[in-house]
Amino acid sequence: MANGVAAWLPFARAAAIGWMPVANCPMPVAPRDNSKRQDELIILNVSGCRFQTWRTTLDRYPDTLLGSTEKDFFYNEESKEYFFDRDPDAFRSILNFYRTGKLHYPRHECISAYDEELTFFGIIPEIIGDCCYEEYKDRKRENLERLQDDQEENRDVKPPNMTFRETMWRAFENPHTSTMALVFYYVTGFFIAISVITNVVETVPCGTTANQKDMPCGERYTVAFFCMDTACVMIFTVEYLLRLFAAPSRYRFMRSVMSIIDVVAILPYYIGLVMTNNEDVSGAFVTLRVFRVFRIFKFSRHSQGLRILGYTLKSCASELGFLLFSLTMAIIIFATVMFYAEKGSSSSKFTSIPASFWYTIVTMTTLGYGDMVPKTIAGKIFGSICSLSGVLVIALPVPVIVSNFSRIYHQNQRADKRRAQKKARLARIRISKSGSANAFIHNKRNGLLNELLELTDKEEEEQKQAKTPSLIEIQHHHLLHCLEQTTAHEFVDEQMYEQNCLEMALQTYTSRSPSVSSDGSSSGTCCGRRVKRNMPLPNTSLPSAHPVPTHQSPLQELSALHIQCGDVPSHTISRSTLNLKKDNSSRINCKGGGRITTAIISLPTPPALTPDGDGLHGPPQRRPPPPPGLPATPSIQTTTSSAGMNIVKVSAL
Amino acid sequence: MLYFPGYPQIVHKRGVRARLMRLFPCSTAKKSSSSNQNSVEDELELSAVRHRPEGLEQLEAQTRFSRKELQILYRGFKNECPSGVVNEETFKDIYAQFFPQGDASTYAHFLFNAFDTDHNGSVSFEDFVMGLSILLRGTIQEKLNWAFNLYDINKDGYITKEEMLDIMKAIYDMMGKCTYPVLREETPRQHVEVFFQKMDKNKDGVVTIDEFIDCCQNDENIMRSMHLFENVL
Repeated sequence: MANGVAAWLPFARAAAIGWMPVANCPMPVAPRDNSKRQDELIILNVSGCRFQTWRTTLDRYPDTLLGSTEKDFFYNEESKEYFFDRDPDAFRSILNFYRTGKLHYPRHECISAYDEELTFFGIIPEIIGDCCYEEYKDRKRENLERLQDDQEENRDVKPPNMTFRETMWRAFENPHTSTMALVFYYVTGFFIAISVITNVVETVPCGTTANQKDMPCGERYTVAFFCMDTACVMIFTVEYLLRLFAAPSRYRFMRSVMSIIDVVAILPYYIGLVMTNNEDVSGAFVTLRVFRVFRIFKFSRHSQGLRILGYTLKSCASELGFLLFSLTMAIIIFATVMFYAEKGSSSSKFTSIPASFWYTIVTMTTLGYGDMVPKTIAGKIFGSICSLSGVLVIALPVPVIVSNFSRIYHQNQRADKRRAQKKARLARIRISKSGSANAFIHNKRNGLLNELLELTDKEEEEQKQAKTPSLIEIQHHHLLHCLEQTTAHEFVDEQMYEQNCLEMALQTYTSRSPSVSSDGSSSGTCCGRRVKRNMPLPNTSLPSAHPVPTHQSPLQELSALHIQCGDVPSHTISRSTLNLKKDNSSRINCKGGGRITTAIISLPTPPALTPDGDGLHGPPQRRPPPPPGLPATPSIQTTTSSAGMNIVKVSAL
Repeated sequence: MLYFPGYPQIVHKRGVRARLMRLFPCSTAKKSSSSNQNSVEDELELSAVRHRPEGLEQLEAQTRFSRKELQILYRGFKNECPSGVVNEETFKDIYAQFFPQGDASTYAHFLFNAFDTDHNGSVSFEDFVMGLSILLRGTIQEKLNWAFNLYDINKDGYITKEEMLDIMKAIYDMMGKCTYPVLREETPRQHVEVFFQKMDKNKDGVVTIDEFIDCCQNDENIMRSMHLFENVL
């Protein structure tokens, strides 16, 4: 609940009176505001500029520097003010965040300076308001790219310990890294050029010899051309195989466009080798040679411009598709019309509608070859309409396509960017939200742990005291607690919930006492609910898994207290321990007072440990229901937690 | 227009009929002018809604808060709602922040109606502060009265089982999905049954205000919890 609605917490708590008549369980004791400070003005001196604000304004965001006790480090005793040696201009927007709940990015501010200020004051940039967020992200990206460009020039420094394969791949991708790569690059380029020229020259008529008519060079100097072809194809094959070997992900490499072009370029040769001079298939074979021209596309590895062109065509495909479609429509319409118009005339070239297509295309693109002309009057009229409309149909969309292309190109980039940002933003906001929800669940567990620790009087745990939660947090948790009591259900986190579902599904197969039901019907009181949890679950391995009968002193009950803090991978825990926790959560009787059974409480690492200060200091008449068990470690706390847990066993007495 | 993947689509929120209507110039002209007018009126409405509360002395007299408390309350109130009134959407947003795991909007709706005593669709600072005064500083009678008012959705003086079921579902909605034990469909209903068993003395299917207050006063749990939030401000 790190938002500016802390001011409404009193209202939410007051409104909770609406739950009271409905609740069947008694409510937890309200936290007392021991430090009854009157709301006071705080002076913040930022490099000489004095800002003043109410204390409660700053307290709205307790996980920032100004909202927490961290600002006490900056307190100046003599002048009774908080002094920060930072930029006052940037501070204005930060203070406005506390006041209005919206963080704005001042456009005149340098992006890295602003980022630093935000980091200093403990504010995450994701909460920048929508009005300024895009600008902020754009500037940040620009900045990053600028810095990255500078860094890229130093990329020629080879990182040490690269395998041979990685070196090769790097050489292929970036020919400037080493001389060998450069040589390879130029050699392949040269051979591509040779191959293309050979293909072209092959078909040129080479001049007549004495006894034969004009024949293309390819047939005259068959051997020479064949040798050239072989040499080129061998080079290409070797190159392809080397790339295939060096590729980090071979499957992905084989699917990439460039590799497909490579394969298509060299395949005709091999197919030609395999096929003999069989007259039947030689026609097909000749067709295959056409594919050799694809070798020219191999140049795109060498030319940045070609790559960009390919990419733009790809991204502009829909526009081109639209143009093609409208052209096709017009062609069909006019071809049909011309065919029927010219049907009557004799020796008309318009023999069928498809035959008229040629005429329509030539006319619409204003080429006008003249090999097909209409002879009837109707034909000529429609022909002229066709050519006029051709101008429109073709000339109009083209500038639109050009401008569309440029707009779509930029827009796509911006849309993708925004989408990516949005996902990341929402994810972060969700994490911090779940952090607050889970903070409540943590508090319950931690409070319980500390209680039991105090009871056992053991100092084995250096009680990893994290910072005390603010009063607002305590009150908020009390409110959530009241809701739990009203509905006689508890909040759990997602993992626990899924585990419970899993266990419930499993439990339908195990035999147990009929009086016990695993679903929580709200007709039971809190006590009744706790009794239900007493069921012995299968696979429990811990010997002391039984609830201990009533004793007077709480200390004797604790036969073994397992405090599990440790790296517990959530789903690889054996079922036994899971069930165990569920079963043996500490159970404190409603009426008996102080009947503590064995407990297994799991904790994440220090940052999450907070002593639960509220309501548990009163008479232990009503204890909050114990947590159901193990939290799945990494996902609970916010992203910062590394969640290492160590298992510690504490035995009482 | 045909759809080409990747082509920027203009999303028509209105239906096919509206799209056909747009093809005819005359109809669109009429439509747009009326919609323009609506939007102008909306704008006027928004700008006109700026509420200033009564003076501090009057509020002090009408509620049980001290001057300082009223000041604090108003500052918080005005910060969240600079225009001086809370409409239902804002109210739901604010209330939902306190219950991140569940869906607090239904309950917030009922709460809003309970606070909006003059039923004008917005909660002004006076409504707010009056409600709080009852809840935090009122007598038990007044608090129970307020709670009864909350449960009685149609304000007819009787709580029926349907009304109670609505309220109960709204409360359970706030818990969200991830609870222990797992929430079932019939849980709210059962809870309502328990409630009616307790409260409905003459078993006529509705709970009147007297039954309600009577029963609550005899229940020590409820009595104790009524005093729970007295030190909130």
